[in-house]
Amino acid sequence: MAERAITDEELPVIARFEVRQRSYLAPDGTVLRRLPHFASDTNALVSLYRGMALTRAFDTKAVSLQRTGRLGTYAVSLGQEAVSIGVASAMRGEDVLLPSYRDNAALLWRGVTMEEILLYWGGDERGNHWSGPVHDFPFCIPVGSHAPHAAGVAYAFAVRKQPRVAVCLFGEGATSKGDVWEAMNFAGVHKLPVVFVVNNNQWAISVPLKLQTASETLAQKAIAAGFAGEQVDGNDVIAVRAAAEEAIAEARAGKGPRFIEAVTYRLGDHTTADDAARYRPPEEVQARWKEEPIARLRSYLVGQNAWGKVQEEQLAAECQQLIEVAIERYLATSPRLPETMFDNLYAELPEAYAAQRRELKEASHG
Amino acid sequence: MAEVTLVEAVNLALARALSDDPNVIVLGEDVGVNGGVFRATVGLQQRFGPQRVVDTPLAELLISGLCVGMAAQGLRPVGEIQFMGFIYPCIDQLVNHASRLRNRTRGRLSCPMVLRTPHGGGIRAPEHHSESTEVMLAHIPGLRVVIPSSPERAYGLLLAAIRDPDPVVFLEPTRIYRAAKGQIDDDGEALPLDVAFVLREGQDVTLISWGAMVKETLAAADQLAGDGIRAEVIDLATLKPYDADTILASVQKTGRCVIVHEAARTGGFGAEIAALIAEHGLTSLLAPVVRVTGYDTVIPLPRLEQHYMPSVNRIAAAARKVCQFS
Repeated sequence: MAERAITDEELPVIARFEVRQRSYLAPDGTVLRRLPHFASDTNALVSLYRGMALTRAFDTKAVSLQRTGRLGTYAVSLGQEAVSIGVASAMRGEDVLLPSYRDNAALLWRGVTMEEILLYWGGDERGNHWSGPVHDFPFCIPVGSHAPHAAGVAYAFAVRKQPRVAVCLFGEGATSKGDVWEAMNFAGVHKLPVVFVVNNNQWAISVPLKLQTASETLAQKAIAAGFAGEQVDGNDVIAVRAAAEEAIAEARAGKGPRFIEAVTYRLGDHTTADDAARYRPPEEVQARWKEEPIARLRSYLVGQNAWGKVQEEQLAAECQQLIEVAIERYLATSPRLPETMFDNLYAELPEAYAAQRRELKEASHG
Repeated sequence: MAEVTLVEAVNLALARALSDDPNVIVLGEDVGVNGGVFRATVGLQQRFGPQRVVDTPLAELLISGLCVGMAAQGLRPVGEIQFMGFIYPCIDQLVNHASRLRNRTRGRLSCPMVLRTPHGGGIRAPEHHSESTEVMLAHIPGLRVVIPSSPERAYGLLLAAIRDPDPVVFLEPTRIYRAAKGQIDDDGEALPLDVAFVLREGQDVTLISWGAMVKETLAAADQLAGDGIRAEVIDLATLKPYDADTILASVQKTGRCVIVHEAARTGGFGAEIAALIAEHGLTSLLAPVVRVTGYDTVIPLPRLEQHYMPSVNRIAAAARKVCQFS
């Protein structure tokens, strides 16, 4: 039988994919398109604004505590407050957050106290024993290694038929790790109620995004796992909140996982142990200050006559007050007995290690 | 009572756990329809459904990481890693998360998971299928490492591991999966973790081993009995935390000790036991502690494998030497 020769151009296209980008507010606070429903309530926007402002004030104080030797290494979210706040504000209390080390703001929003966060970064595990969102995970330090946990948590929700969602936050560096891919892949297969959010702040310590991946977007990585990925302006808290709200609602409704790439910029150092001036020009950082999320939302709110100098001053004073009280409590935390390092190692300390606990107790009590 | 092999005992324990506790989830590569490459999970998916007996994608890190997430939510996941040579991507999850979730949250979250994997060589398997790197796991604080040496202990210890509120790595001696047979009453009775089993009592020398090597160690004890040497044989069973009391009591009685493991010698778990005896049992020693182990080389492919594995003769010779020491 004679076969017709077909050219490569005539080969059938079997799949096409698109990645959309969401934004509502321009950097100067002007409205680009009709705002999502929740934004019609000015109080809701003010609440997001307060969350971001409190985070920035808290970060500033935390760094000064670190610089004066009263806190350990600390990662600020300067410039990225909209990511943590936008995502956390879209969650329900019974959902489970799996944060990375830069997500102090998300935990604060979910009810972890400032003194608990300070206690953790101050070098005391008791900071992770918070009374707020009891099922939320502690900060994940090994980058991206908590993504499989999110899939496991979501699997548990699915098995128990609970309408809950696991939300996992990580940075763009984490998307280079197999951990994140393996978790996304599994979540896709089982249509799990999990939302992955990447805080794409352009820098993984000193390594820029272009050395992290040649992928046009990070959002498209979800496509290979069989679910939707969306890019949002991560400095537009309305966009982050709207995207997270939609993704979480879909996941809760049993429609499977979602992936959100929040494009933002790390205006600060990686942590207090880093000096970003070693690897990126100050002009780049300076230029990015024009896009930061707090001024953007403020401009919008001011334009709506929903915010002004009086409110701003009042909020600043309120934040200072809350932070001062938290710092006082943190600094007054009673010290732990050395032998308590053995506590909670196992549900019940095996006899094999009880002797070491006694040894430590005797040595430390002189 | 029924006579079963070790791998059948594992299967019975898994079925029992799945049936007793709706929180138990079995997951791993090929554990579903195929019933596992060693048939340890055969029939479980048919009986308990694909949501509780899960064929995972081919990703070991994922399997261990899923277990952490599930366990933190109160499920009792039992993950299977197909061969110990493939467990290394899980080390990150075991060290950084599973073993310390309870400690780092001061008890707010915990991690009651089990990671099962076949252990050891001697089955003429391809490369990377014969590892015995238990000491890497036994070094991790917060973890339990358990290895049975008979169907009875496989059944009882696996049930205990699944019911334990903390993470357990459960190593299954591949070489005796089918060779070892025993009588099992499938009554859901667990055996205690953290204790060693004295399999044979004796006055002259203590032989300590675990996993498949217990078989050769017991055979060596038989051989020694022919020479009038009464060997005590201890199956360590739990490597972390291990039962120092049983070891020290035995060495106090015999004054002599030979430790047998197929893992490489340097830094092997035998070194830990020798150090324990040096620290706490020195005055009862009548001879140096001797290790009969795999060599400090990569475990060879099947053609040379039998020369690597400690043999009955090597064990018996070491015990005789120890007994002749004066």
